[in-house]
Amino acid sequence: MTTETLLKNGKAAAALLAGGIGAAFMGFITTLSIALPDFSKAYLSWYNPAGPLSGKTTLTVIVWLIVWAVLGKQWQDKDVDFDKIAMIAIVLLLLGILGTFPPFFDIFAPAA
Amino acid sequence: MEVTFRESWGVLHGLIFGALFLLAFSGGIVGLYSLRPEFLTAEGLKERMGRLKVWVSSMAAIVWATVLSGTYIVYPWYRAKPAEGTTDLSTYPRSLLLSAENTAEWHKFGMEFKEHVAWIAPIAATVVAYVIVVYGPQLVKEPKMRKALMNFFVIAFTAAAIAGVLGAFITKAAPVR
Repeated sequence: MTTETLLKNGKAAAALLAGGIGAAFMGFITTLSIALPDFSKAYLSWYNPAGPLSGKTTLTVIVWLIVWAVLGKQWQDKDVDFDKIAMIAIVLLLLGILGTFPPFFDIFAPAA
Repeated sequence: MEVTFRESWGVLHGLIFGALFLLAFSGGIVGLYSLRPEFLTAEGLKERMGRLKVWVSSMAAIVWATVLSGTYIVYPWYRAKPAEGTTDLSTYPRSLLLSAENTAEWHKFGMEFKEHVAWIAPIAATVVAYVIVVYGPQLVKEPKMRKALMNFFVIAFTAAAIAGVLGAFITKAAPVR
């Protein structure tokens, strides 16, 4: 007879929440770069041919991976409130999409 | 009949990588949905799980290839600035779109939305692939986890579809040549 060991849900919750935070950060940095165009040009053009998009996307990936590494370590052997975390992660993903939607981020553009 | 070097990259980015991800979505979501104890025997689960792991991991890799080739190869050609006094803007898509009132929104709305929203797809798809690879057959016993993964997958697809559709229209209006 064999007994099956089930993995705790922490690793999955960490991946989902980190993904949500990464997406929300993409929305945030997109909106921020519209609100602060000088900042965007000066600090986010990490690869000049692609302009500020290079900094926004690379920074997003860095934030996402760091959050994932930290949460993954914290929750790797734990059972967490999965429903709540999954719901927060999905809301964050949707906020990320909202932050990249031009009619939304244009609200924050400086007056011409 | 001629396809330029830049057009070839545009095709690879949108029609091959991007379209492949969108086409593969239905297989991934059905695979996830059908991970239910009432649908599968132990033997069936083993066979299904191996295929699903390869499928979703490949999808994540393909969507990363799509955004990386788009951002770092095709997009610089799209946004290149013409030299002062250039009148033929056909090789400067961004400037071409912005030069006329009836096409400017393809850049201001279309490209601005596409270039940013697309990056949500690989993040969400990677999360889905990771959880499927790590939890494997246990997902059959985790309906809440499966539901969350399906939601993530649908959002990844939506972000990629928005980018893909806008990309097709923008390319029609002002192709990268």
